[in-house]
Amino acid sequence: MSAVLDVVSMTCLVAGAFLCLTAGLGLVRFPDVLSRMHAGTKPQVLGVLLVMVGAALRLQGWSNAWMLLLVAAFQMLTAPVSAHMISRVAYRRRHVRRDLLLVDEFGAAPAGDRLYVGDEPGDAPPEEPEIAIAEHVVDDRGPGDGAPRR
Amino acid sequence: MTVVSYVLYGLIGGGALLALVRLAMGPSLLDRVVATDTLLVIISAGLAVYAALERDPTVVPVLVVVSLLAFVGSVSIARYVGGMLRGSVTGDGSDLGLPVAAEEREARG
Repeated sequence: MSAVLDVVSMTCLVAGAFLCLTAGLGLVRFPDVLSRMHAGTKPQVLGVLLVMVGAALRLQGWSNAWMLLLVAAFQMLTAPVSAHMISRVAYRRRHVRRDLLLVDEFGAAPAGDRLYVGDEPGDAPPEEPEIAIAEHVVDDRGPGDGAPRR
Repeated sequence: MTVVSYVLYGLIGGGALLALVRLAMGPSLLDRVVATDTLLVIISAGLAVYAALERDPTVVPVLVVVSLLAFVGSVSIARYVGGMLRGSVTGDGSDLGLPVAAEEREARG
């Protein structure tokens, strides 16, 4: 029984460590911030989960297992938040290889976005409500028309 | 078992070294934030691997602290860069004197 547990936990640990190596490779080789984030977040969820499962199988006692579970749950809660904020700022700051993009749904907006800066809370009201409403209702002005108003 | 431990430390050390290379090369602040985030995750994975191999649970509370610190650090730097762009008319900070992103230059040239 103990030998089986050891084999399972070692398999999980090797898989998680391999994901750490792939994250490093992707960080060095990928061309822009967004694709580097794509590579760097592989060990943040799956790698950490595998390593925590492996460690919890190896360590005896429920207290260690609960603490490792806390680490894994915290990673899964915080990784999307920080990834969203970093990628939002990276897009605004033009850290994107636009010639490599297949779809750029955000790029048709004139001169960035006037309504949201990207670091306000998610339920913040629009700073310029009349433009926000007008852009939803009237959409025939074309993308390059409206000059930025700030 | 020792072979497995060499393989594990080798994989994790290689990942950490490559993340350090990206941290040193940059070229932008956000690249370094992403590299630091990944490096802290790799460090916590390494601590957990050490705890598992040695059956030593004393480093387990350190894991909680490291994962907390990674989140707080990356979010605060992202908010800092977003605050630099706050008064920008063009939206990317080029009118505020911030340098052109390296990705833009590569896409053009």
